[in-house]
Amino acid sequence: MDRIDHLFNQYANTSSNLIDPEGIEELCSNLEVPHTDIRILMLAWKMKAEKQGYFTQEEWRRGLKALRADTLSKLKKALPELEKEVRRQSNFADFYAYAFRYCLTEEKQKSIDIETICQLLDIVMGSTFRAQVDYFVEYLKIQNDYKVINMDQWMGFYRFCNEISFPEMTEYNPELAWPLVLDSFVEWISEKQA
Amino acid sequence: MYRETIIDFEQGCKCLEAGVSELKRILEEETSETRIDPKQYLELYTTIYNMCIQKHPHDHSQRLYNKYHDIVEHYAKKTVLPCVQQKHDEYLLRELSRRWDHYKVFVNWLSHFFNYLERFFIPQRNYPSLLEVAMKSFRDRVYLEVQVNAKDVVIALIDKEREGAQIDRELVKNVLNVFVQSGMGTIEKYKEDFEMFLLEDTESYYARKASRWIQECSCPEYMIKSEESLRKEKERVIHYLHSSTECKLVEIVEKELLVSVAKHLLEKEHSGCSALLRDDKVDDLSRMYRLYHPIPKGLEPVADAFRIHVAREGNALIKQAQDAAANGSLVEAQVLVGKIIDLHEKYMVYVLDCFKNHTFFHKALKEAFKVFCNKKVGGSSSAELLANFCDSLLKKSGKSDEAIEATVDNVVKLLDYISDNDLFAEFYRKKLARRLLFDHHKVNKEHETIMITKIKRQQGGQYTSKMEGMVTDMQLAKEFQKGFKGSLTAKPGGIDLAVTVLNTGFWPSYKTSTDLNLPREMVECVEAFKSYYGTKTNQRKLRWLYSHGTCHVIGSFDPKPIELVLSTYQAVVLCLFNNTERLTYQEIIEQLNLSHEDLVRVLLSLSCAKYRILNKEPASKSISTTDVFEFNSKFTSTMRRIKVSIPPPPIDERKKVVEDVDQDRRYAIDACIVRIMKSRKVLPHQQLVSQCVEQLSRMFKPDIKMIKKRIEDLITRDYLERDAKNHHIFNYVA
Repeated sequence: MDRIDHLFNQYANTSSNLIDPEGIEELCSNLEVPHTDIRILMLAWKMKAEKQGYFTQEEWRRGLKALRADTLSKLKKALPELEKEVRRQSNFADFYAYAFRYCLTEEKQKSIDIETICQLLDIVMGSTFRAQVDYFVEYLKIQNDYKVINMDQWMGFYRFCNEISFPEMTEYNPELAWPLVLDSFVEWISEKQA
Repeated sequence: MYRETIIDFEQGCKCLEAGVSELKRILEEETSETRIDPKQYLELYTTIYNMCIQKHPHDHSQRLYNKYHDIVEHYAKKTVLPCVQQKHDEYLLRELSRRWDHYKVFVNWLSHFFNYLERFFIPQRNYPSLLEVAMKSFRDRVYLEVQVNAKDVVIALIDKEREGAQIDRELVKNVLNVFVQSGMGTIEKYKEDFEMFLLEDTESYYARKASRWIQECSCPEYMIKSEESLRKEKERVIHYLHSSTECKLVEIVEKELLVSVAKHLLEKEHSGCSALLRDDKVDDLSRMYRLYHPIPKGLEPVADAFRIHVAREGNALIKQAQDAAANGSLVEAQVLVGKIIDLHEKYMVYVLDCFKNHTFFHKALKEAFKVFCNKKVGGSSSAELLANFCDSLLKKSGKSDEAIEATVDNVVKLLDYISDNDLFAEFYRKKLARRLLFDHHKVNKEHETIMITKIKRQQGGQYTSKMEGMVTDMQLAKEFQKGFKGSLTAKPGGIDLAVTVLNTGFWPSYKTSTDLNLPREMVECVEAFKSYYGTKTNQRKLRWLYSHGTCHVIGSFDPKPIELVLSTYQAVVLCLFNNTERLTYQEIIEQLNLSHEDLVRVLLSLSCAKYRILNKEPASKSISTTDVFEFNSKFTSTMRRIKVSIPPPPIDERKKVVEDVDQDRRYAIDACIVRIMKSRKVLPHQQLVSQCVEQLSRMFKPDIKMIKKRIEDLITRDYLERDAKNHHIFNYVA
């Protein structure tokens, strides 16, 4: 535990006793992982970190203990294994939902603005569902109906990627309970293809 | 004659045979003298009788029974059959008929002679009766041999009759009776050996007729021929066919003549259903109904054709109005509702008259109207057009109660066809408010009540509650005003004040204008009423709508004083000139605190319109903020009282109504979804949507996308959630 705490103190801000965005950036560069890499998000998930950009000591302890890492090099080595764990079918949905909640900064906030969503989609789903993400991001940017995306719509997109073949989308039925934004998205693609 | 001696069997038979020969001879001669010699009759009877009662071994009952059987067999086989077989065609039938008649007589006579057997021997042994034996012999020896030929001849005769020839109906009837009797108590022989073939023949006969007639005849002509054919076939049954054949025969004729060609017939270009409706051919349409009514599912295509025709007519009316609107003319839109009502009345007559009030046609009419009654004309929805129509109707004076009632009945029917009922209610309410507040001298309270009552009867109390509230408000306001007046010892501010209090819940929302700076006298009025109101009611807040008030002001012009009927805003502006002759725009707007738009309208009406109460510098046609106004003391008119009208503010009323209704619909959908989910707890998406649509259908046709959006909104607000296992199912969140 001491070594975990010691590592914590290396990055934490001494006055607040939290690792703040600056500390995280330093951590990233030491881990040789880009700041916006999905693995940092995965780390946050493992820690069950609540506030974006900050790690508390408790969260840090929780995460590193679970990863069995008490030095920087062990932490680095643990990352690929972590990724595998997160990408497991049983975990990914939870991670996906976590990613959304992590971006909610205000207390009563329930939705995230389009631009952030686009970035988040790219990070979280970009490697596995490249085509869907590209199209959806393009659509979100040009449409005018929605200025924000809520959790239900966010999860809807995940189900969409997993259940509907792309770009054929033959199984998609707008009469079912797909979120309206996806109905419009599918319509937009069909018109483009026509 | 009683004999002592025993009659030997052979002896008895000889006697019997002699008698039988005599019978045959008599029958053959066919004279009117078909009677046996009584002595011979008695002798035969007695012989047989004695042979039966003789004591054993001389009782010959059994042998006599067998002998009887032989006699009838012989007669049938050796006499009847050959005679019939020799003949052909109609002669065959005649011979058969004749021989049949003879046979019956023959058997009848024999039954007298063998009566003792019938009464005692046969029942004892439970043997078939004498008649049964005889019929069986006829069937086996004669009928089975000739029935095919007979059947062919009969059917040929029937076809001849169908083509118009006269045939011997009695003959056919008698021959068919043979078929019937040969069934030995059942109708089977008739059915299998004759009826089946008749039906087949009838089918091909009418199939041929149908294909010829459908080419050659117009629809009415064809129907007349069909009706005639059916009549003749039914007559045929009465005259010579067995009654059980009727329904089968009719069914076949109907099938060939009416069912198989229905589409072709009804859609005939210049004479089909559509043309008949167009040309008001009441008789032909009634015939069409009569012909197709008894056929199962026969009326459906007729009702369909009716619906299509009515929809086409309605669509044409709509298109006419739409085209005119596109060209800038709005007159067509205004008369459209009246035309639709006329159309409805016209076709209702057909439904009641030709189509005998049948539900299919009521339904067809309703569906046709629903198709075109929901189309927009020149940007106005049908709900708005209908509300406008009602407005014009109720503003017209001089109409009798009955005339109003009749038109209102029609309006309410049209309302039933419009899917956006709530939109109508909102437009109607806005117009009603204007009528009650601004045209109250024109308002006919009875007529307004008639309209609301009839709408209420169809749409329910909740639909009309606000409208009723508005009308009641006016009544209550009048009474309250009396009380107010009675309470005053002096006129506040020297003014006669009348106040109408409107219940906020019932009336459309209006912007208040409490910021307006009233002249002192008017302030006194307001205060007086406020305090009186405070004594009569409990904790109610009054919002003053000066924008909707009227004022009668005496203008002291140099030539003569004239009474001016103005809006309160106009009056307040003019009152400023009591203290000074000239005012700038800026001064006016600062002193009064009116909005710029409102003030411009008022000043226009007072200085640039019909009556120049104020002079404006510069004397242009529009108001600018640098203008200066002066009281026009030289103003005069021949009249003693003038109404200086002010145009209403150019709010896009339609847009506001649509927005308000949309908002209400969102609430309604939300409430509906929550209600459904609360009771069902768990429900798949599609069912939730369809139940929602059904429950709301009375008021409006909800947009599916809107429902989906509301569901998503309710999820965000934690009223519902998606099921964890199947995200197309929703759970209620308590």
